[in-house]
Amino acid sequence: MQTSLNARVPASSSARSATLMGRLVRNRWLYFMVLPGLLYFLIFKYWPMYGIFIAFKDYQPFLGFWDSPFVGLKHFDRFFSDSNFLVLFRNTLILAAYNILFFFPLPIVIALMLNELRQEFVKRTVQTLVYVPHFMSWVVVVGIAYIFLTTEGGIVNEMLVRFGGEKINFLVSNEWFRTIITAEVIWKETGWGTIIFLAALAGVDPQLYEAARMDGANRLRQLWHITLPAIRSTIVILLILRLGHFLDTGFEQIFLMLNAMNREVGEVFDTYVYSVGISQGQYSFSTAVGLFKSVIGLILVVVSNYLAKKFGEEGIY
Amino acid sequence: MPLKPSWGSRAFDSVNIALLVAFALLTVIPFIYVIAGSFATQKELLQRGFILFPTEFSLDAYKYIFSTQTLVRSLLVTIYITVTGTLINIFFTCLMAYPLARKDMDFRKPILMLVVFTMLFSGGMIPTFLVVKQLGMINSYWSLLIPSAISAFNLIIMRNFFQQLPDGLEESAKIDGCNDLGIFFRIVLPLSMPAIATFSLFYAVGHWNTYFNAVLYINDNTKWPIQVLLRQIVILASGGIGDSTAMDAEFAPPEQSVKMAVIVISTLPILLVYPFLQKHFAKGVLLGSVKG
Repeated sequence: MQTSLNARVPASSSARSATLMGRLVRNRWLYFMVLPGLLYFLIFKYWPMYGIFIAFKDYQPFLGFWDSPFVGLKHFDRFFSDSNFLVLFRNTLILAAYNILFFFPLPIVIALMLNELRQEFVKRTVQTLVYVPHFMSWVVVVGIAYIFLTTEGGIVNEMLVRFGGEKINFLVSNEWFRTIITAEVIWKETGWGTIIFLAALAGVDPQLYEAARMDGANRLRQLWHITLPAIRSTIVILLILRLGHFLDTGFEQIFLMLNAMNREVGEVFDTYVYSVGISQGQYSFSTAVGLFKSVIGLILVVVSNYLAKKFGEEGIY
Repeated sequence: MPLKPSWGSRAFDSVNIALLVAFALLTVIPFIYVIAGSFATQKELLQRGFILFPTEFSLDAYKYIFSTQTLVRSLLVTIYITVTGTLINIFFTCLMAYPLARKDMDFRKPILMLVVFTMLFSGGMIPTFLVVKQLGMINSYWSLLIPSAISAFNLIIMRNFFQQLPDGLEESAKIDGCNDLGIFFRIVLPLSMPAIATFSLFYAVGHWNTYFNAVLYINDNTKWPIQVLLRQIVILASGGIGDSTAMDAEFAPPEQSVKMAVIVISTLPILLVYPFLQKHFAKGVLLGSVKG
């Protein structure tokens, strides 16, 4: 009856003293609770990882996973020598770079501006409003963009005509695709992105500001010497996360914005995997493409985390 | 404020406010335009261009979209998925997060690593699709509920939240003869309602906005959630909304306002919940920060 005796001792000391077997029995309900979640991760996250092997096979549904013939790196060879490869790589890189250059700094800037606001009411109202688009789906955001930009009665084109310009077919043009994608991201997520920085800013010791004022620092200098350093580690962590997901910039959004006319600049790895894999049923080939992307993504996370640590920041793991 | 704000400081404030208000307006005006446009008549939309408030109020667009079966059916599908899905999410997330928060459980670290790794690397779209297919979930609502039952990110934040609860709670409950299941359901869960509310909202928004999974897993268009239908109407503009071929040309209101009305209908429910839970956001997001 070791368990019932142990129940009267503080948990930590009993955990140390009991044998593994004893602890397993005593904590049986905890394991029971963990089980469904564990199964979930094994089935829906790890089973697909195992399924990646079809990238090295010629998967045929009626033969099944095991009996499909093994073909080694055939699909990778085909992909790398394909002319699509460079196009996909370029499109993905450029869209991701736009995202980091034009979108990433904005929530920081807005958070800093909000933090300087002393009028509580204005601050709260602005915050409430700028969070809203985050809760809209990409279909809604892209839908609104369509309504604004269409040549058939879209307000932007109506205005262009009214001011003596010509209609621009934004939605099926190669030149405007990246700009529109980035603008949509900015519209949808900038406000929401401020939350984490605002929380970091709330933790700054007000005495620091007082001391700086005594030393004659104006608002901009206070911002530069106190506020910015205070959120530096948050910025770095979010940048790492962003870099780690560098290659999967807004899949749903791009998928929705793509059409036959802008595919040349808009097709990215993920949308390609969908069209080749699901629409055309080339499971093995598209899995190889997806694997290539995931591995690059994993390398990006590991490298950027390593760099962050090297520069004295905390990193994400 | 012992010091009187200087001139420079006040100029700084005014510019700051002006820019922020401009940004906030830029954020909401497109949506207000869509709402206004959904109530406007064709004539006014064309003549006045940018409307933020229609002078002639028309419900035609709404009458039209609700006169067809399609929209109502999609809306019901989405409501069903949102409610069931969120319950599943919350139940399984909490159930797994709690043991992982208990310091006396063995194998806690390896299980956590297993979870964290899924955030860094995944099987990808095709292998996941094949698993869902193999499990016979294609064309069933289960495919929208089960494969996304737990978000690793939310799980870790939830676990960090549970970890902050005082250990004494559990010990005293144990002494009173409560087992771990009892502690979880009768003590830990009731104490975690603010966190649960926040995550419910996040999960619910996810289900309400579910789009791509439905494209992947649901081929049967009578089972489409509202977002898929929305894309069909607004983006692909595939001729009205009709499940009925009897599209009455005379009654049909302007295409533009029908599109706007569908956008409003598919967004409004989520926006109505939002103010009630807004105060929890910042707390919820930061419950456990990013670290595992």
